[in-house]
Amino acid sequence: MQATSDEVLIGRIANGDRLAMQVLFARHHVRVFRFVVRLVRNETTAEDLISEVFLDVWRQADRFEGRSAVTTWLLSIARFKALSALRRRPEEELDEETAGAIEDPSDDPEVALEKKDKGAIIRKCLTGLSAEHREIIDLVYYHEKSVEEVAEIVGIPENTVKTRMFYARKKLAELLKAAGIERGWP
Amino acid sequence: MNMLNKEPERFDIEALLPWHAAGTLSRRDADRVEQALASDRELQRRYALVREEFAETIHLNESLGAPSSRAMEKLFAAIDAEEARAPRRRASFDLAGRISEFLASFTPRTLAWSATAAAVAIVVQAAVITTVVVKDRGAPGTIGLAGKSQHVDGSYVVVSFVPQATVAEITKFLGAHKATVVEAPTRTPLGGYRIKLSDTKLPDDEVTRIAKQMQDESKIVSFIALQP
Repeated sequence: MQATSDEVLIGRIANGDRLAMQVLFARHHVRVFRFVVRLVRNETTAEDLISEVFLDVWRQADRFEGRSAVTTWLLSIARFKALSALRRRPEEELDEETAGAIEDPSDDPEVALEKKDKGAIIRKCLTGLSAEHREIIDLVYYHEKSVEEVAEIVGIPENTVKTRMFYARKKLAELLKAAGIERGWP
Repeated sequence: MNMLNKEPERFDIEALLPWHAAGTLSRRDADRVEQALASDRELQRRYALVREEFAETIHLNESLGAPSSRAMEKLFAAIDAEEARAPRRRASFDLAGRISEFLASFTPRTLAWSATAAAVAIVVQAAVITTVVVKDRGAPGTIGLAGKSQHVDGSYVVVSFVPQATVAEITKFLGAHKATVVEAPTRTPLGGYRIKLSDTKLPDDEVTRIAKQMQDESKIVSFIALQP
């Protein structure tokens, strides 16, 4: 049996169908949460923000025109909410987090290297990227967004999407090299 | 031989590798990447690096866990609060959406033939009903079109009859519900007959109840939509 499409769910939500809202939330809230938590780096804030994201969907469903995928629309709203939350956050709190308060299950690169766990080192270095670079890598690899969709979510031209992805990967390669992994690229 | 960076085309291809790994390229671009990969060992090596990053990014994101139930509770508490302040008007059964969903399951060819057959049946039905209207106008329980298209008072619904419904059946149906046709399908947004249920404004619950009763007569009615 074919699942109800996201677009049909949005149509029902526009008519005030709470069950459709529950289905859409169940279907996408985890990925939206992960996208937000990677940006704001705080689970409590991310939980609050995803409630706001889906509340916006409830309010604006009748204005969704279907020109992009529902997930692209969700991530666009989520990104806007996350960036607004980051702007509201006191500077000292940001500094503390940037200094290394990232919740990450991986070992430190040195420890991981000793264990010869290359995957753990890559994951650690992925968390060390700037928000801009983390965002684009997550959108492309984890959220499986096309060049056009990333351009729409981030609000940049398609060529800039490709360039930003290239520089994000280049920065990752530099972090890996500093952690003892030379990949011969770029 | 490292051919990358010697040709702009190869650099363009390399820029597409992350999307190729994720499977989000157009067929045309995917074919270009596949062709380049087939003949370029250095590009293959770099693609292996991309796939490594791809796998670890998924691993990292999956390890982030999921939000607690608090997020959902907060969302629906906010929705309840909004609905209590200003309930939104909703289509009673979202029939248009469900019909669209149902039709989406057919192939375009089947759909085209069905639509053509339905359109012919509706035209015939409309012609017959209009003929009856000319003979017999306005009495409740008969198929009569009122002269005005603006209806301020009263309660209305839009009804579409199944193509097989006869005039006698429709007349009986309207009589049973003390309803009168007031507007033809060509003038309603949903393409159904606008019918008047009462000269006075009925409570919304009552209109919904009557609409559900009508909807149950599936041998005559194909869809009903509530009207303000």
